[in-house]
Amino acid sequence: MPKFEYAPAPESRSIVSLRESYGLFINGEFGPSVDGRAFKTISPATEEVLAEVTEAGPADVDRAVTAARKAYEHTWSAMPGRERAKYLFRIARIVQERGRELAVLESLDNGKPIRESRDVDIPLVAAHFFYYAGWADKLEYAGYGPAPRPLGVAGQVIPWNFPLLMLAWKIAPALACGNTVVLKPAETTPLTALAFAEICQQADLPPGVVNIVTGAGETGRALVEHPGIDKVAFTGSTEVGKQIARACAPTRKKVTLELGGKAANVVFEDAPVDQAVEGIVNGIFFNQGHVCCAGSRLLVQESVYDEVLASLRRRLATLRLGDPLDKNTDVGAINSAAQLAKIRELSEVGEAEGAQRWSPPCELPVKGFWFPPTIFTGVSQAHRIAREEIFGPVLSVLTFRTPAEAVEKANNTPYGLSAGVWTEKGSLILWMASRLRAGVVWANTFNKFDPTSPFGGYKESGYGREGGRHGLEAYLDV
Amino acid sequence: MSDMADSDRGGLGGSSPRASTASARIAVRKTYKLYIGGAFPRSESGRSYVVTDQKDRFLANAALASRKDARDAVTAARKAFGGWSAATAYNRGQVLYRVAELLEGRRAQFVAEVRAAEGLGARQGEAVVDAAIDRWVWYAGWADKLAQVRGSANPVAGPYFNFSLPEPTGVVAVIAPQASSLLGFVSVVAPAVVSGNTVVAVASERSPLPAVSLSEVLATSDVPGGVINVLTGRTEEIAPWLASHMDVNAIDLSGATSPLADDLAAAAAENLKRVVKPGDEDWTLAPGLGRMLTYLETKTVWHPASN
Repeated sequence: MPKFEYAPAPESRSIVSLRESYGLFINGEFGPSVDGRAFKTISPATEEVLAEVTEAGPADVDRAVTAARKAYEHTWSAMPGRERAKYLFRIARIVQERGRELAVLESLDNGKPIRESRDVDIPLVAAHFFYYAGWADKLEYAGYGPAPRPLGVAGQVIPWNFPLLMLAWKIAPALACGNTVVLKPAETTPLTALAFAEICQQADLPPGVVNIVTGAGETGRALVEHPGIDKVAFTGSTEVGKQIARACAPTRKKVTLELGGKAANVVFEDAPVDQAVEGIVNGIFFNQGHVCCAGSRLLVQESVYDEVLASLRRRLATLRLGDPLDKNTDVGAINSAAQLAKIRELSEVGEAEGAQRWSPPCELPVKGFWFPPTIFTGVSQAHRIAREEIFGPVLSVLTFRTPAEAVEKANNTPYGLSAGVWTEKGSLILWMASRLRAGVVWANTFNKFDPTSPFGGYKESGYGREGGRHGLEAYLDV
Repeated sequence: MSDMADSDRGGLGGSSPRASTASARIAVRKTYKLYIGGAFPRSESGRSYVVTDQKDRFLANAALASRKDARDAVTAARKAFGGWSAATAYNRGQVLYRVAELLEGRRAQFVAEVRAAEGLGARQGEAVVDAAIDRWVWYAGWADKLAQVRGSANPVAGPYFNFSLPEPTGVVAVIAPQASSLLGFVSVVAPAVVSGNTVVAVASERSPLPAVSLSEVLATSDVPGGVINVLTGRTEEIAPWLASHMDVNAIDLSGATSPLADDLAAAAAENLKRVVKPGDEDWTLAPGLGRMLTYLETKTVWHPASN
């Protein structure tokens, strides 16, 4: 199959003006830390230092929570919903206005292809604020009683895979319901959250309603365990999610957790193969597989195994890996050296346990963190690559004969975030959808997101839902 | 059991001196057992404990459930989950309503048992049992309405049909309230089973007998075996095994007090159980949706709409 040569088509990074260093955003302004220190954030594609960022200490977190409390009591919870709504609409509009800049910044700091940050992440950020803005003055119609109350101050900790989008998922519903927030972005991707702080300033959002404290795990712990917060919202690993659930056990804090996954993507023999292969590729190689709901376990019906695998291999050979800012890039950089090490380790385990590893011919850049799209065949349910979340561009392929066996294998995991089904038979789709123990089921599609669509897991993928009317519950006293 | 309606006599049938006169009939006492998987076993440990009324008079020996009993109950509940969660909502509603029907028929017995257990007067006892019966009726009606109230069609920005539905979370462990032996018990069990969850309930430690008698009602109504399992014994002994059990998906800590409740909530974090923390609840008040919602997952399904 001929591979078309593409000329480089890099998106200009001149649209982004980075500061040399960033303070913490507390009570409406950027300021220095009182007990923290500085760390650097790099571009994972080149290892170039992008900026110096502040690691907030416990005293900084305390200041942020105090500012949020004051804003909650004196300003935000007392403000009519229709006025809160207008601030959120303003934010949505500014995100749209600065969309290209935010997309470039996201791709720089995270390593994801500009095509994805420009066409998926940032538009969804704006859409999310737009959606929840409209709820702010309609909460009495949401089904949570005649006058649902906010919780107070929310402590929010988000991951590095969709930095600004996860911020939007956290902040938009929290503010719409009348809460104020202290948010900690991931240590490897703080820059769009800091740009968002500027957006709050441009929107004239009252000081203290949104506070951004950058830092790593210790900063997150200080925030989650702070006695002054009423609500904890976390997206990240199941391991940390369990620690948070434990830490909050003796408190009255309301907790929502959106954690890991090991989604099955089930392809039946009557599925249109080309569409299914596109869905498989989108399911696991979108965002380098740094997706909690990634379709990382492919379950193919035995009768079409050879056909699907041949087509999948062909398709993988056409994926372009490289410069995240190039508009033709399909697969960007792995977000960090640590994540790359984890992906490598589990892939080596996959080989050691007897699965067959395959990647298309793929030249990796010399600098930065890269991993080629990878398929493992001959995988059994007992293999670690079939059980553990790899969070990278690695697909484990298993087979099944009957729908019942597909359900059995798909559900054979402590996770339950998402699943995919590919078949032309409508009754089979609904039969599968009702039996898959997962919070999102994509039928003949995969990895679709929308602010109106509830998202969240069963079992050890966490609890609570984000998005839609259901997403309000996490930020209301119900 | 009918002699218990006369609360002045205290204790269970046959224990008062008057009953031993030659002409009086000796009452047939009931053995209070566990209720696991639709059967009534004694504790596998062979243990029992003395249950008394509020004036410390002997009522009965109840089974003192062990860790093994708790694990057997979870196994039974898991086994029953597939069928119960797949039953139609209409069917589940009728089954819960059937429980209310049978309770109504045994109202006098339950009034007597609750009065003996909780030391209530006649009118209080009747009010509690009536409220417990009405609670089954209230929850029965929810079975086929939850999906409409809690589900949604989602207007996503693209050519997709997208809807969300509530589904049961799985096996729910319930540490039933200590003071309210029947109404409290019903108030924490019904909201879990109505949506298709199955339950392992630990009855009030001090006053377990009404819950055991309720399990006899459940066995003769149409509730499939294993859907509701009832354990009696020491809360402090049984609850930690349920809180840490990896095949339990949610836990209601109503009957646990601090610091035990905090320890149980921390143990529940190990597999991220959905947790209802103990609160200062008045079981006579209208329950609201909170408990039912805790045991519901939301599943969202996407499908392209194209030709």
